[in-house]
Amino acid sequence: MAEYVGQPVLRYDGIGHVTARTRYVDDIQLPGMLYIKVLTSPVHKGIIRHLDTSAAERMPGVAGVITAKDVPGKNAYGLIPDQPVFTPEHIRYKGERIAAVAAVDEDTAMEALEKIKLDIEEQEPVFDPFKAMEPGAPLVRPEGNVWEFNSGKTRKIRFGDVEKGFAEADVIVEGTYTTATNDHAPMEPQVSVAYIDETDRLAIYTVSQDLYFHLGMLTAIFNLPMNKIRYIGGTVGGGFGSKNDIHCDHVAGLMALKIRKPVKYRHTRREETAYTTKRGPWTFYFKDGVKKDGRIIARYVKTVHDTGGYAGMGPYVVDKNSILVAGPYAIPNVWVDGICVFTNKPPCSSMRGFGIINGTAADQLQTARVAEAIGKDPWEVHFINAWREGDLGATQFKVEAAGLIEAMKRAAELAGIELPAHLKAMSSRGR
Amino acid sequence: MKYVLSFNLNGLPVDTLVKATDTLLDVLREKLNVVSPKRGCDNGDCGACTVLVNGEPVRACLTIGLTVAGKNVQTVEGLQQDGKLHPLQRAFHEHYAAQCGFCTPGMLIAAKALLDKNPKPTREQIVEGISGNLCRCGTYVEVVEAIQAVAAGKYKE
Repeated sequence: MAEYVGQPVLRYDGIGHVTARTRYVDDIQLPGMLYIKVLTSPVHKGIIRHLDTSAAERMPGVAGVITAKDVPGKNAYGLIPDQPVFTPEHIRYKGERIAAVAAVDEDTAMEALEKIKLDIEEQEPVFDPFKAMEPGAPLVRPEGNVWEFNSGKTRKIRFGDVEKGFAEADVIVEGTYTTATNDHAPMEPQVSVAYIDETDRLAIYTVSQDLYFHLGMLTAIFNLPMNKIRYIGGTVGGGFGSKNDIHCDHVAGLMALKIRKPVKYRHTRREETAYTTKRGPWTFYFKDGVKKDGRIIARYVKTVHDTGGYAGMGPYVVDKNSILVAGPYAIPNVWVDGICVFTNKPPCSSMRGFGIINGTAADQLQTARVAEAIGKDPWEVHFINAWREGDLGATQFKVEAAGLIEAMKRAAELAGIELPAHLKAMSSRGR
Repeated sequence: MKYVLSFNLNGLPVDTLVKATDTLLDVLREKLNVVSPKRGCDNGDCGACTVLVNGEPVRACLTIGLTVAGKNVQTVEGLQQDGKLHPLQRAFHEHYAAQCGFCTPGMLIAAKALLDKNPKPTREQIVEGISGNLCRCGTYVEVVEAIQAVAAGKYKE
C-alpha cells in the first residue's frame, strides 16, 4: 500500500481509452442484430383512446412491435417505481414511450413507427409548478400534483424556534432564487444491447451507473429471477447522474424477450435531450434573521422542486436538498419546507449532487445578500457563521472533522484575496 | 440502391457496399466495425467522430461516405505502429487526459492533425486545435498538457 500513497497511479483503463480498445455499448455489434425505435407521445398530456400497431408489424423488415401489453411483469420502474416502460393509457409528458419497433435498421424502424395508428384525447397540461399546486389545476397525477413525503406534503426540517430568532434579530433579509432545468449531456448517449444467450438467459449490455438498482427493477419488469438476467456493465461514456435511471435497457430487454433476437436501442442526441431525465428546476425562498455583528440567528427556507411527470429520484433529491439547503452554518433556529411538485414535463431525477448544489447556489446568493444588508464583507459572514467542531447541524447531527474555515482561507489564497487578520486568526477548532 | 466504396483505411485498402446517404461514420462503425470514431451527437457538434481524410481532420458524421472514394482515411486504430503506442497515446495516458474516454479518439485525431502541420504549437494554437472537440468530463487542461509534452519532445518515438 505504501508504494501507492502520495504517488500518481496510472488508470487501469487508460491504455484501453487511448487505443480505442475500450468497448462502449454502442460499439457492440451482434450477428443479426436488429434496431429499435420508439414511438413517443407527441402531446404533453392526454389519454390513449386507440392504438393499432398491426400495419407496422406487417411491414417488410420489421421483426417485432411491443407496447404496454408486452410487459410480462410490473409495467413500472424508478427509485420510486411509478413510471411505466410503455404507458398503457395516461400520458404525462411529451416524449413518453408508447410502443417500440425492431427492424433491420433504424430507417426501417422509423418508417414503421409512422404506420402505427394512435388516437390520443389531448388534455390541458400544466408546466409551472406553482400553477400545478393551485386548487383546480390540471392533475398530472390522480393522487394530486404534490408529492406526499412521510412527513406530509413537505419535507420538514425543524431546529430551534425561528419565530423567536426573527424577533431577536436586528435585520430581516429575504430573497427568492431560481435555478433552471439542466440536461446531463454525457458524450455517450443512452444505449442498450440485449439478446437471449446460449443458456437461455436474457443478456443486456448496459450503460447503467447503478447496475444492482437497475437489475432489481428489471427483474420486476421482465418477471424473471435475477439468475435469468446477465446484466453486463462497467463501461460508461459519461453519466453525470443520467445513467442512474433506466432509459433503454427495459425496452431492449422486452424486445429481445419477445422476438428472441439480438437488438440495439440507442438514443439520438435529440432524443437524449428531449426525453431523458433532467436536473429539475428549483425555486428557493429564504428569510433570515441577522444580528448586526454578522450572526445569522434564524433561517427559514421554502423550496419548490419541479420533478416533471414522474417521481424518478425527485423526492430523494428534495430530501438531500432539505437537509443541506440551510448551509454549513451554526444557525440556532432553522425551518425548512421542501416541496416536490409534478408537472407535464420529462421526469427529473439525479444529476451531480442530487439537488445539493442548487441549494448551495441559493444559499451563497442569500448569504451575500445578508452581508450587504448589514454592511459587511461576505467573507466575514461566512467565517462568523461557519460550522466549528462539535456544532449541531439543523438535522441534529454533530459536526465532526470540521474544515470549512481552513478551506475558505485556502480558497481566498488561491483567488489572490488578502483576508483581514481577525478572519485569518479563526479556526474550525472553536469560536 | 447500394454502391461499392473503395478507400484506404489506416494504410490498407477496403471495399464495402454503402447507401448514398450513409455517412463516413456509418461506414466505419456499422459496416467495417471500426469503432474508434464515436457517435456522440451525429450532428457535427461534439467532435467525437473526428477522423483524418487525406491528413485533414473531418467530422465523420457530416461526411458522406462515398466522398472518401480513393482517399486515405486514418483513425485511432491506425495510430499504433509495430505494436508501439503513438507518442500522443502515451502522453494522453500519462497525463490522465482520458476520463470516461468517449471523446478521447476524436481528441487524439485532432491533436495529431495539429502536430502534423505544426509540430511546435503555442498553448493558444493547441487550444484552437482542439476547439472542435467537446469533453463533458472536463479533461481539457490535461489534454492541452499532454499535447504540450509531445510538442516539447518528451515522448519521442
